[in-house]
Amino acid sequence: MSADLGWWGVPLAILAGTLRGSAPFLFVSLGECLTEKSGKINLGLEGSLLMGAMSAYAISYLTGSPWTGVIVAGIAGMALGGIHGWLAQQPRVNDVAVGIAMIIFGSGLAFFLGKPFIQPVAPQLPSIAFGSWSSSPQLESALRVSPLFILGVLIAPLMQWFFRSTRWGLLVRAVGDSPDAARAMGISIFKVRLLSIMVGSALAGVGGAFLSLYYPGSWTERISSGQGLMAVALVIFARWNPMQCLYASLLFGGAQAIGPALQSVGVDAYYYLFNASPYILTLLIMIITCSPKRTLTGVPGALGQTQE
Amino acid sequence: MRTRPPFPLSRRQVLRGLLATSAFGLTVKLGACADSSAGGGGGSADNLVMGFVYVGPRDDYGYNQAHAEGHDHASTLEGVTTVEEANVPETTAVQESIRSMIDLDGASVIFATSFGYFDPHVLALAEEYPDVQFFHCGGLYQEGVHPENVGSYFGYIDEAQYIAGIVAAHASNSKRLGFIAAKPIPQVLRNINSFTLGARSIDPSVTTQVIFTGDWSLPVREAEAANSMADQGVDVLTCHVDSPKVVVETAERRGIFSSGYHANQVDLAPTGYLTGAEWNWAGVYEQYVQMIQEGKTLMNGGIPHLVRGGLQEEFLKLSPYGSAVSEEAKKAADAAKAQIVSGELVIYDGEIKDNQGTVVIENGKKLEQTALELEQMDWLVEGVSGSVG
Repeated sequence: MSADLGWWGVPLAILAGTLRGSAPFLFVSLGECLTEKSGKINLGLEGSLLMGAMSAYAISYLTGSPWTGVIVAGIAGMALGGIHGWLAQQPRVNDVAVGIAMIIFGSGLAFFLGKPFIQPVAPQLPSIAFGSWSSSPQLESALRVSPLFILGVLIAPLMQWFFRSTRWGLLVRAVGDSPDAARAMGISIFKVRLLSIMVGSALAGVGGAFLSLYYPGSWTERISSGQGLMAVALVIFARWNPMQCLYASLLFGGAQAIGPALQSVGVDAYYYLFNASPYILTLLIMIITCSPKRTLTGVPGALGQTQE
Repeated sequence: MRTRPPFPLSRRQVLRGLLATSAFGLTVKLGACADSSAGGGGGSADNLVMGFVYVGPRDDYGYNQAHAEGHDHASTLEGVTTVEEANVPETTAVQESIRSMIDLDGASVIFATSFGYFDPHVLALAEEYPDVQFFHCGGLYQEGVHPENVGSYFGYIDEAQYIAGIVAAHASNSKRLGFIAAKPIPQVLRNINSFTLGARSIDPSVTTQVIFTGDWSLPVREAEAANSMADQGVDVLTCHVDSPKVVVETAERRGIFSSGYHANQVDLAPTGYLTGAEWNWAGVYEQYVQMIQEGKTLMNGGIPHLVRGGLQEEFLKLSPYGSAVSEEAKKAADAAKAQIVSGELVIYDGEIKDNQGTVVIENGKKLEQTALELEQMDWLVEGVSGSVG
């Protein structure tokens, strides 16, 4: 047990952090990707994340079944998404402003309803032990993977395929790129966007369930610490591409672990800098991948336009 | 294009509305002032209304819960009515909360429990309401500089951390302890140092690994830090963050021991919880109620402006020992506790070196808890790996 890993602890911690910490980013960014592909921005996913975390924890505690909690978290996210989807599509309503209102509403509602659930301990989601072959307890613990994370990893290519090769995916893209053309095709823009926002918000709710039922695995009001908003930004970073959302989320999850891991092996200078490493990495990648010769590829044509 | 006025109300309607609301506000405010001066300012001890403000949720298993438990005890005392508000940020929001406690609920005593409330918020309100007594947790009252209706109270919780360190050293097999701290400020460093000194008084080979997370409440980073330390072979974890819930739960999941802080977290870690350094605000608030009911106030000099205390004054307590604590450890901890209470044992008793090897407290010099040097601590004691920079 007390085997000292030394410097090997850093890559191990980054690996473990990737497997443990990236799921909330992944779910929220996939949800936002779907939402934005349909031409609306939903900043309110931070609220859905908190609401999902709260409702998952509460239901898991009340029923004793964490998986029911996950489902209810999805439904709670969907309900919040429904409000956003309806409001943001009213004439002359700005979706960013509605999104900010939804952050405040969702988190306020979660805090209000979550008061009685801070104290009790709810049953947690099980994990799959991929490291049981190893004799090192550190590796064994690092390779514990939540089935919810695997689900998220599977959703990414599925969504990619959905956008590229299915009729419905085409409809979502059409509504997001050129609403006029979509209307001419006889598609209800309102319904497509409402559904996209609701499904996206449900994914964010499931991400919240991961926070409260797996890692860090408890319900407190500070549980998200802004991860929902960061994930929304990740979508731009990932160029509205679900697979890139996956890579970006893994990068963020792993980078989160750098600061604490370096301090635990005795690198104790500049820890504020190391704690900021996810953001520094993002900036670096943005700088490397940007080019003055082309505009942002993949951005939906009608993103964020308000209807008259 | 639709033609609609840009703003659906006329100027007259807006003016009328503004006048009406301000008139309403004024009458409410003036009416309430009359009430509070009759009830609170009279100094009658028949019904004492006390207001409590917390910065976070009142059941966070941490700092705020400790105060809320104190509040709950105070509210059961005879002749006392309490009002409380949780989740009040350290901005002008706290001024609004306190103002409505005074104006609407008639509070004559305010307990502002978060450090950042003090300057400028409590100080500004104290000048505005000279009849109301403001007690602030942790702030440094300066005679002559600050209004005389402001008082400050705090506990030397590092005494309890010293005892927790003794228990931790007994429980640890790897002789490596972990401390997850929010920021390198004097109060936090003092806890780290006392915890380490306590552990090293049992076994000088024990070391403490510190990880600073950078802020008071970052659950994901706290969990990352706890996991990293468990990977490195640390087998007792303690912390100084707002809510130790995540740290204690993660330690339990990794199968290592934990030592709590602020409040009792034994429910979160039934097998690995050793003990914990807890506040005993119930006792502190009861003492204040007693003094105020005897007619003493800050203004007439009956209540000291600075109230500090440790184990001896019962400002602190230790969580009941967990099932993993050996008899030997209990005996050593109880003995040290008795020595601290009697004043025989001084934690900062020279010679003490910092972890760079420099002597920070010379041989033969004893720093009692009240020593000002301790309130300005900026070093980590020998045996701690980590740096304040």
